[in-house]
Amino acid sequence: MSSAQVRPAGVDAPAGPIHESQSFAAHVKTLERSIPLRKRYGNFIGGEWVAPLKGGYFDNISPTTGQVICQIPRSQAEDVERAIDAAHAAAGSWGRTAVAERARILNRIADRIEQYLPFLAAVETYDNGKPIRETNLADMPLAVDHFRYFASCVRAQEGSLGELDDDTVAYHYHEPLGVVGQIIPWNFPVLMAAWKLAPALAAGNAVVLKPAEQTPLTILVLAELIQDILPPGILNIVNGFGIEAGKPLASSPRIAKIAFTGETTTGRLIMQYASQNLIPVTLELGGKSPNIFFADVAAEDDDFFDKALEGFTMFALNQGEVCTCPSRALVQRSIYDRFMERAVKRVEKIRQGDPFEMTTQIGAQASNDQFEKILSYIDIGKKEGAKVLAGGAANKLPGELASGFYIKPTVFEGNNKMRVFQEEIFGPVVSVTVFDTPQQALEIANDTLYGLGAGVWTRDINMAYRFGRGIKAGRVWTNCYHAYPAHAAFGGYKKSGIGRETHKMMLDHYQQTKNVLVSYSTKALGFF
Amino acid sequence: MGQERVTVSDAARELIEELKAAHGPIMFHLSGGCCDGSAPMCFAVGEFRLGGADEKVGEIAGCEFWMDRDQFKRWAHTQWTVDVVPGRGASFSLEAPLGKRFLIRSSLCAV
Repeated sequence: MSSAQVRPAGVDAPAGPIHESQSFAAHVKTLERSIPLRKRYGNFIGGEWVAPLKGGYFDNISPTTGQVICQIPRSQAEDVERAIDAAHAAAGSWGRTAVAERARILNRIADRIEQYLPFLAAVETYDNGKPIRETNLADMPLAVDHFRYFASCVRAQEGSLGELDDDTVAYHYHEPLGVVGQIIPWNFPVLMAAWKLAPALAAGNAVVLKPAEQTPLTILVLAELIQDILPPGILNIVNGFGIEAGKPLASSPRIAKIAFTGETTTGRLIMQYASQNLIPVTLELGGKSPNIFFADVAAEDDDFFDKALEGFTMFALNQGEVCTCPSRALVQRSIYDRFMERAVKRVEKIRQGDPFEMTTQIGAQASNDQFEKILSYIDIGKKEGAKVLAGGAANKLPGELASGFYIKPTVFEGNNKMRVFQEEIFGPVVSVTVFDTPQQALEIANDTLYGLGAGVWTRDINMAYRFGRGIKAGRVWTNCYHAYPAHAAFGGYKKSGIGRETHKMMLDHYQQTKNVLVSYSTKALGFF
Repeated sequence: MGQERVTVSDAARELIEELKAAHGPIMFHLSGGCCDGSAPMCFAVGEFRLGGADEKVGEIAGCEFWMDRDQFKRWAHTQWTVDVVPGRGASFSLEAPLGKRFLIRSSLCAV
């Protein structure tokens, strides 16, 4: 790497090593790190690491232990302006860079992530709290693949021409938007950044990106690992809080598009800012995804039934901090008791523990406020009369993990009118209800304000088809759940958002169409 | 709990007064969906545009508390206390830079 020529990410960092938990230190001991973690990070602007102009920082906490890891810039409007300046300086030449070269750079980013994958996975686990198994097997490999996917897409993309008549041709070119803003959530920090960055950069835009304030670290470590690959200014990272850094970015008249993943109120605020500048938005705002189990899944006690039980248990993946968490399970009455007996046993086998153990299946919630919110939902669920079939409380782990944010996988039994069935808890909590007929299942499934994901489990292909089409959600997993491959479109119906990520159609959200309408006739029309 | 739909804890009231002193009049809008969903978002009055889809569901410490009308229908059997916990929601809410986060604690409606 030639990054030694660039000022390191730890601008103005105080002396001494960063705080590393025993588990993190033991885990990364043998990994190729290439760069140290910094005690204090700068913003990454125009290919340089720069301190925030007003000099403010905030503490970044690991949810695995509740301890401070490092300091992150508390950026203000002037830092965002600086990043937008850098992006504008880079956007023109990047937009004109040959697609082969843009694709090559995306592929090099992918290669670099792959090269340091175990290290980046460890940092992500430390910063977010999710188990090391997931960051190694899902977050990072998927991030790699999304960069490669969009590198391929943009090379294969072509404009069109319409031969309107013998003398007239309409040419359509894909042109980049220019400078775009992206606000990244904290549940899959690097992967969500990859979902947004890969299509934006592939399409020829320069990006100003604000990581989530709970989980900024791995994106910064990644930036330091790829800074020698990136043309300066095509990726600018400004850290800070929503109101102080997010607002100046989202409301800037100098961005051409804003992308956001989060909740509905902020989604509306983002649209409101965008409306003032008449720019497009893409939004992903979550759901309350139903996971439907028809009686025939239990027709035999075979591999498929086992797969369906695993599908039920998927609510606990990533501690439930997934926008498409299958947090409502609908089980047909004729198998309900038998199915739930097996399902609850499966849930009770979930291994929660030190996120750095490869055998750990769920780790810590990402932050204290998230932890408290989940407990408040478990509380109202009980008050509403939902029956706790499993979990239902925080989990106190031993040693240095005692101050981390752990919640037991929880299964509620109740009805779809309860709050725990209507709002995304964003924790390892599933609310189960029973249905008799397919019609009833469809009504319950669609009785929600949201429509991001859904799951359908059946051996009957006709039923699977009807439900795949009948459920008002952007993705209906059929006999599977929680797969997020590139080249399958992801996005919401109803209040779950606007736009489709992880598919080549996302290029359209980062491009505008130029029509050049050409007459090859040398004759006047004869109008005047 | 009384008849008020939304009430406020002492700690949250204190934080609200602090935010009013710093930002002037403030209001709340309850979020839905993922990440920081189901959380009271606090804005300077006028920052967040309310519309016909919103319903005012109460007042806390002199601040209006609003939410989406459709969402309210699904929350209507419960009443809430706005509390505050240490943390940092990834939102545009005014208290986030203070390392604090407003939180809803719920109970069933007394009426």
